[in-house]
Amino acid sequence: MSSDAHAHAHDSADAHAGTRQGQLIGFGASVVLTAIPFLLVMHGTLDKQATALIIMAFAAVQVVVHMIFFLHMNTKAEGGWTMMALIFTIIMVVIALSGSLWVMHHLTTNMMPVHEMGQTP
Amino acid sequence: MFDTADLTKLIFGRLTLESLPLHEPIIVGTFAMVALGGLALFGAITYFRLWGYLWREWFTTVDHKRIGIMYMVLGIVMLLRGFADALMMRLQQAIAFNGSEGYLNSHHYDQVFTAHGVIMIFFVAMPLVTGLMNYVVPLQIGARDVSFPFLNNFSFWMTTAGAVLVMCSLFVGEFARTGWLAYPPLSNLSYSPDVGVDYYIWALQVAGVGTLLSGVNLICTIVKMRAPGMTMMKMPVFTWTSLCTNVLIVASFPVLTAVLALLSLDRYVGTNFFTNDFGGDPMMYVNLIWIWGHPEVYILILPAFGIFSEVTSTFSGKRLFGYTSMVYATVVITILSYLVWLHHFFTMGSGASVNSFFGITTMIISIPTGAKMFNWLFTMYRGRIRFELPMMWTVAFMLTFVIGGMTGVLLAVPPADFVLHNSLFLVAHFHNVIIGGVLFGLFAGIAYWFPKAFGFKLDVFWGKMSFWFWTVGFYFAFMPLYVLGLMGVTRRLRTFDDPSLQIWFVIAGIGAFLILLGIASFLIQIAVSILRREQLADVSGDPWDARTLEWATSSPPPAYNFAFTPVVHDNDAWWDMKRRGYVRPLAGFKAIHMPSNTGTGVILAGLSTTMAFGLIWYMWWMAAGSFVALLAVAIGHTFNYHRSFHIPADEVVSVERARTELLAAGAKS
Repeated sequence: MSSDAHAHAHDSADAHAGTRQGQLIGFGASVVLTAIPFLLVMHGTLDKQATALIIMAFAAVQVVVHMIFFLHMNTKAEGGWTMMALIFTIIMVVIALSGSLWVMHHLTTNMMPVHEMGQTP
Repeated sequence: MFDTADLTKLIFGRLTLESLPLHEPIIVGTFAMVALGGLALFGAITYFRLWGYLWREWFTTVDHKRIGIMYMVLGIVMLLRGFADALMMRLQQAIAFNGSEGYLNSHHYDQVFTAHGVIMIFFVAMPLVTGLMNYVVPLQIGARDVSFPFLNNFSFWMTTAGAVLVMCSLFVGEFARTGWLAYPPLSNLSYSPDVGVDYYIWALQVAGVGTLLSGVNLICTIVKMRAPGMTMMKMPVFTWTSLCTNVLIVASFPVLTAVLALLSLDRYVGTNFFTNDFGGDPMMYVNLIWIWGHPEVYILILPAFGIFSEVTSTFSGKRLFGYTSMVYATVVITILSYLVWLHHFFTMGSGASVNSFFGITTMIISIPTGAKMFNWLFTMYRGRIRFELPMMWTVAFMLTFVIGGMTGVLLAVPPADFVLHNSLFLVAHFHNVIIGGVLFGLFAGIAYWFPKAFGFKLDVFWGKMSFWFWTVGFYFAFMPLYVLGLMGVTRRLRTFDDPSLQIWFVIAGIGAFLILLGIASFLIQIAVSILRREQLADVSGDPWDARTLEWATSSPPPAYNFAFTPVVHDNDAWWDMKRRGYVRPLAGFKAIHMPSNTGTGVILAGLSTTMAFGLIWYMWWMAAGSFVALLAVAIGHTFNYHRSFHIPADEVVSVERARTELLAAGAKS
């Protein structure tokens, strides 16, 4: 992507992603990235946790593919504002998700002493 | 086939005659007053044949200035409702001693404190802040309107629709009895089977659409529509804080929408996200809603900081001290506001490591805020300060907010919070920062920009009355709550056992009464100013000798704001233009392309209201019908091709000529 972004003038940077070739690459990639998790689940070759992790990894890649090929996002579009917005969004989502996991994990450890419940009088 | 009971249930859902609170004399009395007032207003508008005018010029308008004014009217009307709730609570708490039950039963009292919080945040502070941003930002950046004028109108009506639903709950059914954030499990169906929480959910969901879209709109406006020459670091500080506030809105409101959607799934289809059993976790709701809730308080305070910056520099006659540090402080607060949410539930039990992290991040926020405080002080230092109304509010803010900030840092210490959590100390703290920060800021902003919006200044005498009643009333109302909080009194109590506490509640009640006088003075101030508009008139368009672009045009500005888009060379663009001997262009006007009015926003918001009403009362036909109609109207609107028109050059010429004559007349007198 970035290789031909600097070959063009700055305002045509988001034009090339809208071509038929770009759409087809995006479509192909999406199909592959969707098919593999399906196959993994259908065949059940790997254990549950590994399957779940792989599916999530593919989903993350899928998100990137959509952003580049269908939403035509790159570092130059809209004078860099799109990239800024994306970075900000990622920071916010990471804070909210990792923060919630961290908070709720500690909460569960501290406040849910399930095994001791029977002993309290 | 059907017997009548089934049919009634099909048509009216769970709405029955018993849902009307006819057994509550206070509510019936209120309803009678509201109905009479409403009828009088309706009759007056009809008698003076104003419906057509209101519909054409106001309800369907896409002009950011008129939408801004409508937001302000909405906020002020809802302030009266929210404050009535506050007075009721103060009165109840002042008399419910020595075995007295007071005059409010618990069913009613719990609704009152919930409604007070919800209304004050969502339907007073938010509309007033959004209204000022809507009015001022496009003018400050030299734009003719916002990026999406129709969306702006739609956003306003969605916010109004939320307010209508909350008001509806007063007379049809009941409101939530859960506190303003509706924590589960109390807000779950098993503990709140009535319509109260559903009113809460749908009012916030409908209004949330408006808030979110208005956030998108203003971000886009600020990023894309600044006048030539206005780089990011040449934007006025109010525009900067508006940008950060709207970024916060766009990033945080989806969290509120999602968490309320999960709660409504729990209530409507029997999922178990936040229930006590079946693997649900009520604490997850608390966690998620504060991920929205903490940024929300910065959404409110940042624009107020922007207002104080504009006011301080204008009335000190000086460039703002430390513009760059002000901008960076704003941006740092924007980011940090996402890293502190757990300080609202230190006592939940996440343990020492989590609590200390969030305690420290909370304390860090006071650094950029303190930097701002010093910037304002240094702006005033050696300035030629004019103590006009906006400046008075600003000084009151600086004194009051510092107290609130210090009690905030005190609460950020987890061990202290374990003692003070959910006590009246907390209530005093957040009223200290919201009244002393946001509200004083809004009053400063109203006094500052009112002459821009209407062409005459606000009456000073009644303004000073309002100022002193509010400020003194605030200290009387909330300082006793700090004392009570330190003594261990918790919030939201209806009756008290310890008679020695009563005196503090009586003092707080007196404070609330003083604030009532402050609000009355504010309304009188507006009425008196309208009556005296000839004496208070300002023809120059720049009554304060101000510094930013909104003062470069006439008061009120023409529909197109600026006949020619100004070119910006300096932070204080208008000050710079005045200093360089700017001459208003008098010829060469061209036709101006403007967006057309449309009634679609009103219709969509109206349908959203009926849909929400249907969902609240389980009138499924009404919800489904409204939803289908909503889609149809929204799609239908895409076929509306009459979206813009040109203001002919002749009209621009005549408007500008009238302004030239006014300016000449003003210069002579």
